[in-house]
Amino acid sequence: MIEIEGITKRYGETTVVRDVSLTIAPRTVTVIVGTSGSGKTTLLRMINRLVEPTSGTIRLDGEDNRSLPGYELRRRIGYAIQGHGLFPHRTVAQNIATVPTLLGWDRARIDAKVAELLTLFQLDPAAFGPRYPHELSGGQQQRVGVARALAAEPKVLLMDEPFGALDPIIRAKAQDDLLAIQKHFETTIVLVTHDMEEAFHLADRIAVMDKGEVVQYTTPAEMLVKPATGFVESLIGAGERPFRLLAIETVATAVEPGTAEGKAISSAVSQREALSTLLWSGRKALPVVGPDGVLIGKVSLDGLAQRAAGRS
Amino acid sequence: MQLRVDKLGVIIAALAAYGAFLAPFATFRANRIVAGEARSISEALPPVWATVILLFVIAAAIVAALKTPSPLRLAIAFSTIAALALGIGAAAGHLTPPENSYARVSPASGFWVLLFALGLLAADALTRLRPSPLVRVLFLCGVLGFVAALLMSGTWDGLSLLKEYASRAETFWAEAGKHVMLALGSLAAATIIGIPVGVLCHRVPRLRDGLLGVLNAIQTIPSIALFGILIAPLGWLAIHVPGAAAIGIRGIGAAPAFVALFLYSLLPVVANTVVGLAGVPREANDAARGIGMTDFQRLAGIEFPLAFPVILTGIRIVLVQNIGLATIAALIGGGGFGVFVFQGVGQTAMDLVLLGAVPTVVLAFTAAIVLDALIEMATPNRNQVQSA
Ligand SMILES: Nc1ncnc2c1ncn2[C@@H]1O[C@H](COP(=O)(O)OP(=O)(O)OP(=O)(O)O)[C@@H](O)[C@H]1O
Ligand SMILES: [Mg+2]
Repeated sequence: MIEIEGITKRYGETTVVRDVSLTIAPRTVTVIVGTSGSGKTTLLRMINRLVEPTSGTIRLDGEDNRSLPGYELRRRIGYAIQGHGLFPHRTVAQNIATVPTLLGWDRARIDAKVAELLTLFQLDPAAFGPRYPHELSGGQQQRVGVARALAAEPKVLLMDEPFGALDPIIRAKAQDDLLAIQKHFETTIVLVTHDMEEAFHLADRIAVMDKGEVVQYTTPAEMLVKPATGFVESLIGAGERPFRLLAIETVATAVEPGTAEGKAISSAVSQREALSTLLWSGRKALPVVGPDGVLIGKVSLDGLAQRAAGRS
Repeated sequence: MQLRVDKLGVIIAALAAYGAFLAPFATFRANRIVAGEARSISEALPPVWATVILLFVIAAAIVAALKTPSPLRLAIAFSTIAALALGIGAAAGHLTPPENSYARVSPASGFWVLLFALGLLAADALTRLRPSPLVRVLFLCGVLGFVAALLMSGTWDGLSLLKEYASRAETFWAEAGKHVMLALGSLAAATIIGIPVGVLCHRVPRLRDGLLGVLNAIQTIPSIALFGILIAPLGWLAIHVPGAAAIGIRGIGAAPAFVALFLYSLLPVVANTVVGLAGVPREANDAARGIGMTDFQRLAGIEFPLAFPVILTGIRIVLVQNIGLATIAALIGGGGFGVFVFQGVGQTAMDLVLLGAVPTVVLAFTAAIVLDALIEMATPNRNQVQSA
C-alpha cells in the first residue's frame, strides 16, 4: 500500500506537482499518464525520495518513507529510470546484480537471479550476461534496465516509461511478462507511460496528470465511460473509446449461450480481438472455447456492439 | 604488381640519403672540449662495416619510397636502426687511436639525421599497423632491452657519451634516483591530494571555480620564478618549525623543487578529475542513486571508474611534464639529471649535457608510451570491443 497525501513539489516559483493525493492498493498496477512536463517523473521520484517533496507525506505500508535513510528505502523499491541508465562500465550481468550485491546476497543466489531474469526477458544469459550495455540494442538495454529494477524482488516497483524503445511485438510481450511477474511476486507497480494503449492494457487504475495535478484517478473502464475533464477525454482519444472499452475485457465476460459456425476463439483473448476477428471473417458470431478447449458458447457482433456502447 | 610512390616515404628516403652520403657520420675530437672533425661513413668505419650499413640504408630508402606493406617497413626500419647502433659503436673503436683515453668519438649530424628518418619510418609504419596497447608496451620493452644489451655488452663504450658516464657512473645513478624521486614523488603527492580535491570541487561548484583559477594562475608562473618564490617561505619553515630542517626542508635543494613540481602537477590532476566526473552520464548517476547506492558507493563504484581514463590522462600530462621540469631542479641544488646538463653547459662539454638530456628524454618517452597504453586499456569502449 502506497499512500500519497497532499504531495507538492515546487522548484523556486514553479509548482511541478500540486497537492497530489493517491492511495495505491497493494499488488496492483497503477499507471500514470499525462503530457510531457506534467510532473509524472517528479511524482514517481518522490515515492523513493530521489526528489524530496516540498510538502505532504508518502507512506509505504503505513510507514512514512522518511523514516529510514534514502538509500535504504531505495534498495527496497525497484526503480527503472526513464531511458535505461545502465552503468556503461559494467556488464549486463553486473548491472542486474547491483542491488543484490549491495544487499549482500551470496554469489550463487545472485548468479541464479541474473540468469532467471535474463531468460525471462528473452535474453540468453550466456550470450548477454558478459556483454557491455553499448553492445546491446536500445530495446535490449531497456529490458536489462527493467531486469535490474526487479533483481532484488522488490515489493514496490517504480517504472518510468520502461518500454518506450521496444518495437510493438516485443513491447506487447514485455508487458505480458511484466504482468506475469507482478502476479508471481505480488509486486505493487507504479508505471509512467505516454502510450495510452499500454496504460489501458496494464493498469488496474490510471492516474491522469495535467500541469502538476492529478485530474482523474480511477479504473480504466470508469475513465472511458466518465472522463473527468476534456483533457482526459482528449487523452483517451474520442475515436478510440469503444475499442479501448472492448480491449480491457476478455471474451469470457461476453459469452452468450448457443453456438455458431466457423473457427472457435479462446475466451481469454480480449473482446477487441474478438471483434476484429468477427469483422475480418465477415461472420455475425463465432464459437468460444474455454481454457480447457471445451465449447462454452458464442460471441456475437451485436453483443459486442452493445458492450462497446458508452454506458453514460 | 605496380610500383607506386609513398609521399612521406620519398621524404624519408631523401633524408636518409642526405644523412648517409652528404652529412658526417661521426665526429672525432682529440679531447673532450676541442672542436671536432667530421668523418663520413666510409671514413669512420672499416670497409666491410661501411658497406653493410650503406646497403641497409639504401634498402630502407627504397622500401620507404615505394608503397610497401607496413610490417616490411617496420622491419627494415628497425634492422637499419640496429645496424646504425652497432655501427656507431664500431666507429668509436675504429677512429680512436689505441691506448688513447683523451680522444672522443661521438655521433655526428649524419647519424642523427639517419636515426630521425628511420624513426619516422618506424613510427609511420607502427601508426598504420595500429598495435594494441599491450603490443606497444612490448615493443617499447624490446627497444629498451636492445639498448640495455648494447650498453652492457660494451659496444658503445668507445663513444664519448659513455666515456663521460664511465668517469661519473656513481653520481649518474644517484642523480637518476633523485630525478625519478622528484618527478614521481611530486606526482604521487599531487595525485593523493589532487583527486580528493577534484572530487570536492565536483561536488561543490563554488569551490571549483575559485580553486581551478588559483591553480591555473600557478601554472603560468615560470618555473625558475616559482623556485625563487618558494625559497623564502621554505627557508622560514626550516628555521622556525622544529624538525623541519631535519626532514630536508630548506630554502634551496630538493624541497622547493619538490613543492614547485607538486604545485604544477596539481592543476592537471584536479582539473581532469573534475572534467572526468562531470562527464559521467547523468542517467548512470541517477540510476545509481535510484537503486540505493550511498554517495560513497556511487563515487567509488560508478563515478570514479567512469572518470578514471580522464584522470589518468591528467596523470600522464603531469608525469611527462615533471620528468622534463625536474631537470631545472638542479639550478637550486635539487639534483637530478639537470646537474649534468648545467655542468655541461658551464664547461661547454656537449657530451655532459647529453648525459643529462638523453636519459631525461628516454624517461619521458617511456612514461608517455606506457601511460598512453594504460589510458587506452582503461577506456571502456576499446577494451569492451576487444573483450566481446
Ligand atoms: N530539478 C528540477 N529543477 C527545476 N525544474 C524541474 C526539475 N525537474 C523537473 N523540473 C520541471 O518539472 C516539470 C515536470 O517534470 P517531470 O520530469 O516530472 O515531467 P514528466 O511528466 O515526467 O515529463 P516527460 O513525460 O517528458 O518525462 C518540468 O516542467 C520540468 O522542467
Ligand atoms: Mg518523465
